[in-house]
Amino acid sequence: MIAELGLAALWLATALSVLQIMSGVMGLRGDEKGAVLAMYARPAAVVQAFLAVFAFLLLLWAFAITDLSVKLVATNSHSMKPLIYKLTGTWGNHEGSMLLWVAVLALSGGLLAWMERRLPEKTMSATLAVQGFVALGFYAFLLLSSNPFERLPVPAMEGTGLNPLLQDIGLAVHPPTLYVGYVGLSVAFSLAMGALITKQVTPDFAKVMRPWVLFAWVFLTLGITAGSYWAYYELGWGGWWFWDPVENASLMPWLAATALLHSVSVLAARDALRTWTIMLGVLAFSMSMLGTFLVRSGVLTSVHAFAVDPERGSFILALLALYIGGALAIFAFRAGSIAEGKRFSVSSREGALVFNNVMLSAILAIVLLGTLYPLLTEAFDVRVSVGPPYFNPAGAIFAIPMFLVMAVGPLLRWKQDKPARIQFELMLLASVLISVVALVAILGDYAILPVLGLAFAVALAIASFLPLRGRNIARVPTATWGMVMAHFGVAVALFGMASESAFTQERLAAVTPGSTETVAGWTIALEGVDPVAGPNWTAVEARLSVARGDEEPTIITPQARNFWAPAQATSESALITRWDGQLYAVIGDQSDDGRWQLRVWWKPFVTFIWYGGLLISLGGVLSIIGRVRVDLKRRRATRKARERRDDKIAIGEQAQPEPAE
Amino acid sequence: MKAKHQRLALVAFAIVAIVAAGLIAAWTLRNQANYFYLPEQMTAEPPAVGQAVRLGGMVQAGSITPQPDGITVKFIVTGNEESTVPVKYSGILPDLFVEGSGVVAEGSLGPDGVFQATNLLAKHDENYVPRELEGLEGHNAADYAADTTVGIE
Repeated sequence: MIAELGLAALWLATALSVLQIMSGVMGLRGDEKGAVLAMYARPAAVVQAFLAVFAFLLLLWAFAITDLSVKLVATNSHSMKPLIYKLTGTWGNHEGSMLLWVAVLALSGGLLAWMERRLPEKTMSATLAVQGFVALGFYAFLLLSSNPFERLPVPAMEGTGLNPLLQDIGLAVHPPTLYVGYVGLSVAFSLAMGALITKQVTPDFAKVMRPWVLFAWVFLTLGITAGSYWAYYELGWGGWWFWDPVENASLMPWLAATALLHSVSVLAARDALRTWTIMLGVLAFSMSMLGTFLVRSGVLTSVHAFAVDPERGSFILALLALYIGGALAIFAFRAGSIAEGKRFSVSSREGALVFNNVMLSAILAIVLLGTLYPLLTEAFDVRVSVGPPYFNPAGAIFAIPMFLVMAVGPLLRWKQDKPARIQFELMLLASVLISVVALVAILGDYAILPVLGLAFAVALAIASFLPLRGRNIARVPTATWGMVMAHFGVAVALFGMASESAFTQERLAAVTPGSTETVAGWTIALEGVDPVAGPNWTAVEARLSVARGDEEPTIITPQARNFWAPAQATSESALITRWDGQLYAVIGDQSDDGRWQLRVWWKPFVTFIWYGGLLISLGGVLSIIGRVRVDLKRRRATRKARERRDDKIAIGEQAQPEPAE
Repeated sequence: MKAKHQRLALVAFAIVAIVAAGLIAAWTLRNQANYFYLPEQMTAEPPAVGQAVRLGGMVQAGSITPQPDGITVKFIVTGNEESTVPVKYSGILPDLFVEGSGVVAEGSLGPDGVFQATNLLAKHDENYVPRELEGLEGHNAADYAADTTVGIE
């Protein structure tokens, strides 16, 4: 019953999305007839959200009880699996993750319809119609090519299991977080299209759009950070970014969303960059669709690419072409008719933001081309692989000016400013940059990019707090703290990346119990190697006694695991975290003469990469809180003013003499 | 500057930057064409000694020989053709690194003609059934190895 109920809920939600499109379009007419049908757009979106989430919960339930008559459960789960991984396994496969995607899409559409009351009615109608249209495409994709509720003719005896690599708490949080980000951008897209259709690209519209962009961006940031940390500790390589196409698929929407976030802020605050903001709204969602296509179409072979099914790939590609093509067509027709925004000088806060917007777009172009290039050449039967030797230098060409302007931009005034006014700050930052580069160059022979990275990180960390100089700290708006925090987070992450790249030390050895190795001031003694067993795996576990200097030794236990459903080996790294870095240990195979392979890294300040990601997200959260608080305050003020006016009228009425009988 | 001119200047700047990005990408990518090598390419036109490249192919059966230090292995990578490249790698072998499997070695060619790998990438299959790795031969393995260049697994 569960599966049929889920399927019914999905079909009903699909029908409601059609209703939502129709009533949204009718609402655009603006006459009475249209208004009658337009009333249904909001309820349709809200009920649809309930239905889609309900369908997802049902699938979650099927996984929880391991209902082996459902094909998806049978092929992706196993009754012996720990409950938490039964649940997370729901989205550890193509169909389930698409259902999650659709549920989040419907939920955000529902929230938009339920909460948003500030937009002009017509713009809202157009927005809901676009949102319904996006939802309809994905319902069709799910129901026609990836039904998660398909039954098996005969229930399976046992499930085939879940990739052990995915049996990790990182998987529990990483994909849903990323999806919320991807799908949050769909709302930004719908809003942008809605405003474009009704030509209402105004600061008020930007204020409505901003929290959605912020929200999506915070989740994208968290998702990327979590994914990076997961890859770092789970894959046992000690790397945190591989320029894997699937990683790029999440980085590209992030770059676009970051640009959009800044341009929507300019539009909200200064009424400039109208068309540019709309363009970025389209671009950001295009990138999240493209990401979905790359990951879901099977054109990539990766741990994330579940489906190797050309039909599915073509379906998403068709959706991508339809939505983005349609959006660009509307853009081409309407862009000219959007009234111009306010003007600004090149040396102004707006000027700096525009510059960085363009730099972000250029980096996006670099990543996009590098990601698609191997796919293009493969069409001509040439196999190419694109890796760090391309992405790092090509990206750095645009990242370096971006970091420079990022440090200076927030110090500039809106509209027009003279660089001479911030002479002191400029001198300070320049001297910091030069001294760090000089210092590192004297200390040793390091590659150029990590050294530059360190210098920019230090300068940027200082620069991010400079906007607070000379201000009353208690009265700085929360949203400004958000910016300070996010920019500081970028500096922290950059510091971690550069430090890890430049200063990591490694020790690789074949060891026997009792032997001791050293790396970067740590002594690592192998006390023993034991067999251990988990719920669905067995492993060899090394007991390492590690200590830095004279301190008390700590025991850490890297494992080499063997899962049996499905049969696969993974290595579980052991980490020990200090304020100034992490010690990372992996155990390998036993050689014929009985020695164990042991690999130990000391990675200075590597944790800063993820602390930076968290700080950036925190900055986004602070901005949302700040904006919402300002909005609420304003709303309360208008209500009070209205009440006062009503009171006055009421008093006036009372004052009128009662008519005499 | 009039508002219209400003808008044009902005658009022009954006276009210049994006085109520049495209050109830089194209130029760097053309050099990337010799970043990934199959064994036959590496024997025919070897990369410069010390240049960071990837070598993809199949681990020749019977060629894996552990070295006495316990952490180094030597093996031979073959491709579609008879060409072979000897590889030396110090480190923990990936879980799916077995004879006859596809592998991508990151590293550089040494002066002695031995490929010094700093990293080995072996692949996990998308259905999570590593069985697919078995029974791969010749052409398959080379294709397969080329697919393996996503670093994450």
